[in-house]
Amino acid sequence: MNHLVIAPLLLPLLVGTLLLLSRRTLSLAARRSLNLAAILGQILLAIELLILVGDGTVLTYHLGHWPAPWGIVLVADRLAVWMLLVTSLLAFFALLHAMQGADTCSRHFHPLFQLQLFGLNGAFLTGDLFNLFVFFEILLLASYGLLVHGGGAARVRAGLHFVVINLVGSTLFLFAAGAFYGLTGTLNLADLSLKIAQLPPEDLGPARVAALLLLGVFALKAALAPLHLWLPSAYASTSAPVAALFAIMTKVGAYSLLRVETLLFGEQAGILAGFYAAWLLPLGLLTLALGALGALAATELRRQIAYLVVVSVGLLLAAFGLGSREGIAAGLYYLVHTTFATAAFFLLADLITRERGWAADRLAPGPALPNAGLLGGLFFVTALLVAGLPPLSGFVGKFLILRAALEESVWPWMLAVVLVGGLLGIVALARSGSLLFFHIRGAGSGEPTHPPPAKGLPGASLPTIGLLLLCLALLIGSGPVLDLAEATAGQLLDPADYIQAVLKPVGIQIAPWEAES
Amino acid sequence: MEALMSLIVGVLTAGGVYLLLRARTFSVVLGLTLLTYAVNLFLFASGRLTIGAPPILDPEVSRYTDPLPQALVLTAIVISFAMTAFVIMLALRARAELGNDHVDGRASVRDSRESET
Repeated sequence: MNHLVIAPLLLPLLVGTLLLLSRRTLSLAARRSLNLAAILGQILLAIELLILVGDGTVLTYHLGHWPAPWGIVLVADRLAVWMLLVTSLLAFFALLHAMQGADTCSRHFHPLFQLQLFGLNGAFLTGDLFNLFVFFEILLLASYGLLVHGGGAARVRAGLHFVVINLVGSTLFLFAAGAFYGLTGTLNLADLSLKIAQLPPEDLGPARVAALLLLGVFALKAALAPLHLWLPSAYASTSAPVAALFAIMTKVGAYSLLRVETLLFGEQAGILAGFYAAWLLPLGLLTLALGALGALAATELRRQIAYLVVVSVGLLLAAFGLGSREGIAAGLYYLVHTTFATAAFFLLADLITRERGWAADRLAPGPALPNAGLLGGLFFVTALLVAGLPPLSGFVGKFLILRAALEESVWPWMLAVVLVGGLLGIVALARSGSLLFFHIRGAGSGEPTHPPPAKGLPGASLPTIGLLLLCLALLIGSGPVLDLAEATAGQLLDPADYIQAVLKPVGIQIAPWEAES
Repeated sequence: MEALMSLIVGVLTAGGVYLLLRARTFSVVLGLTLLTYAVNLFLFASGRLTIGAPPILDPEVSRYTDPLPQALVLTAIVISFAMTAFVIMLALRARAELGNDHVDGRASVRDSRESET
């Protein structure tokens, strides 16, 4: 039992509580540095855990030393730690951007930020279906607060939709968890994996219903079509650092789908084997197509980026739906890339909105941008990344997914949808870029004026550049990252180690003072 | 008793879904509440319905009821309680910001006609 496994939960929980209590006593600068230091700590913890699980060991933490499946268990395998690292790196840059002033719009931004990370880390680490529900609730509750952070009619309206639809999702999650418990008598994921394989034939119908309910819940969180409609308005109306942090929120759904697909309905599951993969692939492609159309039709930059998030979710889940080792590995690589790239795009959209004055982020001719060189350059690079054009990491991810698809019989569908969707994305982004940077018009009928370059902008764009550099690092380190992704996919497809590590008997340790007497 | 239990869960769920699809925030909140009642009863029943048996160890008893669903229901009640409180506050905020209690923030055609006259 390694106590390091629970550290990524304790750190944000304690720091979040501290930030909540110290609102009046600590200065803003102190609270910002505390928050930033906690996130740096989480990055270090994730790296340390990655070193520990890199060789394929599955670390477990049995809370209160209760053996699974009776007690609650936290599990750190390659996939969970991979997600932890991505989350903490993303949070670091999102917070850096928020520290330019967005965090002062509401009182509880900093505690909510840490509690959001607490929920995210918990969802990745837990090995128990009901605890997954609890951590989902924690991360959602924090996200409700962050989403309406700053206020305004549009935010409150989108927030209300987001909250109501996620509460319905939570109810469905409980129905699914209750059904699984009624069928198998356990909620531990590793134990469920064994019990589902041994279900008697007359229980297979209810098991399918429970599995589909769970699929619906995770599809809602991941914004998989036809449950993706909440995402564009929620992401387009919230503040930029929150939208950037939310780039990981859809990935929580994708993570849960991948975990359940491989652990509960993998090859070992008997009749129910491959039950999720059969749904993920067509739904993923449908999501990709609908998202691409939405991006083409969007009239605001942030809404367009939100639709591009939908596109990336579709491609990601289609890759996971391939179910092969190569497909999952390519999906994992793409997941990291798309998280950083879309987050950078949201931050960049905020910079552009600030500079554009009255035209905000509307995709229509507007005033000339000061610093058009810097912003335009960043827009160009980000658009290349998001559209998946060579030579950046988006291309590598997309190429790997398509190469993995060629092995399967569905490759004509996959290639057609992904390539046409990619083309639509490029058209949409090219149109936005030319409207934002080349079509210049004054506020009235007068000649367009070129305002002097704003002084603070190069500094303000540093978090965005940082995220883009992470994508560059992902490209340069493609070899080692891909090796790790393939090892992760291998571990997922052969969950025997995971199950054994979770269900192994916990030795009873006698406290020293008891041993002496 | 099984039939009665499933009937109650079904009726609560149906009522909850119906209210959830209404256009006013108040009925949506009521719908969410009914749905959580339904799911709490469902969770409770997932450990099988046992009458007159204790959930904790007792040397004189050989028949037990499953204690785990009760713990799950307790957690679910606490969470849904907090969520209901939050969504009510958000609905009030939306009412204040948007000027009406429509979930999309726009008054219906009839309302706007009434305000004109």
